[in-house]
Amino acid sequence: MSHAIQLLVGTRKGAWIYRSDASRRAWTVDGPHFLGAIVNHLVLDPRDGKTMLMAASTGHLGPTIFRSTDGGVTWAEAKRPPAFPKVGPQGAGGEPARAVDHSFWVEPGHASEPGVWWAGTSPPGLFVSRDGGETWDGVTGFNDNPKYWDWCPADGGTPDGALLNQIVIDPRDAAHMYIATSTGGVFESLDRGASWAPLNRNVEASFFPDPYPEFGQDAHYIALAPTDPDRLWQQNHCGIYRLDRPSDVWERIGKAMPEEIGDIGFTIVPHPRDADTAWVFPMDGTEVWPRVSPGGRPAVYRTRDAGASWERQDVGFPSEQGWFTVKRQAFCADANDPVGLYLGTTGGELWMSDDEGGAWRCIARHLPEIYSVVAAPL
Amino acid sequence: MPRVSLPSQLQSYSGGLSRTEAPGDTVAAVLDALDARWPGIRFRVIDEQDRIRRHMRIYVGPDRVLDIARAVREDDEVLLFGALSGG
Repeated sequence: MSHAIQLLVGTRKGAWIYRSDASRRAWTVDGPHFLGAIVNHLVLDPRDGKTMLMAASTGHLGPTIFRSTDGGVTWAEAKRPPAFPKVGPQGAGGEPARAVDHSFWVEPGHASEPGVWWAGTSPPGLFVSRDGGETWDGVTGFNDNPKYWDWCPADGGTPDGALLNQIVIDPRDAAHMYIATSTGGVFESLDRGASWAPLNRNVEASFFPDPYPEFGQDAHYIALAPTDPDRLWQQNHCGIYRLDRPSDVWERIGKAMPEEIGDIGFTIVPHPRDADTAWVFPMDGTEVWPRVSPGGRPAVYRTRDAGASWERQDVGFPSEQGWFTVKRQAFCADANDPVGLYLGTTGGELWMSDDEGGAWRCIARHLPEIYSVVAAPL
Repeated sequence: MPRVSLPSQLQSYSGGLSRTEAPGDTVAAVLDALDARWPGIRFRVIDEQDRIRRHMRIYVGPDRVLDIARAVREDDEVLLFGALSGG
């Protein structure tokens, strides 16, 4: 049974909302919203089906959060966006005085906590709102952790700035959280963010003398299997991994990818109902790391056996000269049966499959660089 | 009262106004006055450490402002610009 979908698309130049019919064949476009704004993430609250939060900034103006409580019809700015505390020119320990450059990820809180939202920023910071995104407070358990500057060194990070790029909440326990960072890897909290511990065993960081440090990895994307939240998937800077709790040792399942494709990429998408199935969008990590589709032939790879093997899915994509890059938040699934998959490219194209990756078609072209694609029921 | 010039980037806050007046004897006080009138505008220009954001410029008359503690006289004009943020 297929249901209508809305795709919330954040780009370097604004946000768009695409809405489908029940068959997911016909799409209408609503936008641009905030033309010119750098929109890193646009998310619908699944708890009420109408509140949306947008992590936005512009080339000139500082970061903020825009909120809609009517499904994207009208918007208002957060009264107090995420911001670090004011300190002197340097912190007490001589560290740089931090200022949020941009919010990168917004995450609705646990189903039992309506109104709670979380945000991850650059430089890495964890923030929480308890009033639906109106006002935000820093989570001192991470932001002021005694190990913060080891986990998030001031000179570390990705070209657009070091990131706390993801927040994942265990659907069984609101106090159990994971975060992903671009400078420290994955961290786990069992107490709603009051304390954190690295969770990176056996995850490679090939850019250090010790390639398997306790922290320092670049965790591009993590996801829980929705029907088995003890299973974590990770697309890391250095490969594809799976972790089955309570173990704390990640397994590099990307080793089963074809050698000529490799297991470099930005994102991984779990199947909404089958905990053994996930999709990745591989990118070229050879030589100078072009991070485009290997060979100019875009393809998704799917595992249906928890990473023991992978199959190529490329029907509908360009068979040559297709140099796609798909960023962290720009690949997602809906909850339909069969599952719909959606990805946005840095070249401004939106692609979808309505048969779990079997065939792909382009549903939008000529958008700005796509940063995020989120599928939600309409 | 100091006059204030607002760039296009901030006119979604000012309801389209490009020129206004705001009380204050420092740039910081003028910005606070603007924020009291149009909540949120200050944080888009000044970060939480009171630093002028990288792609914003503030002048008092012909003088570029590097510290928002800079004094402002009653007859000064405070000019805000969005500058050189890339394409």
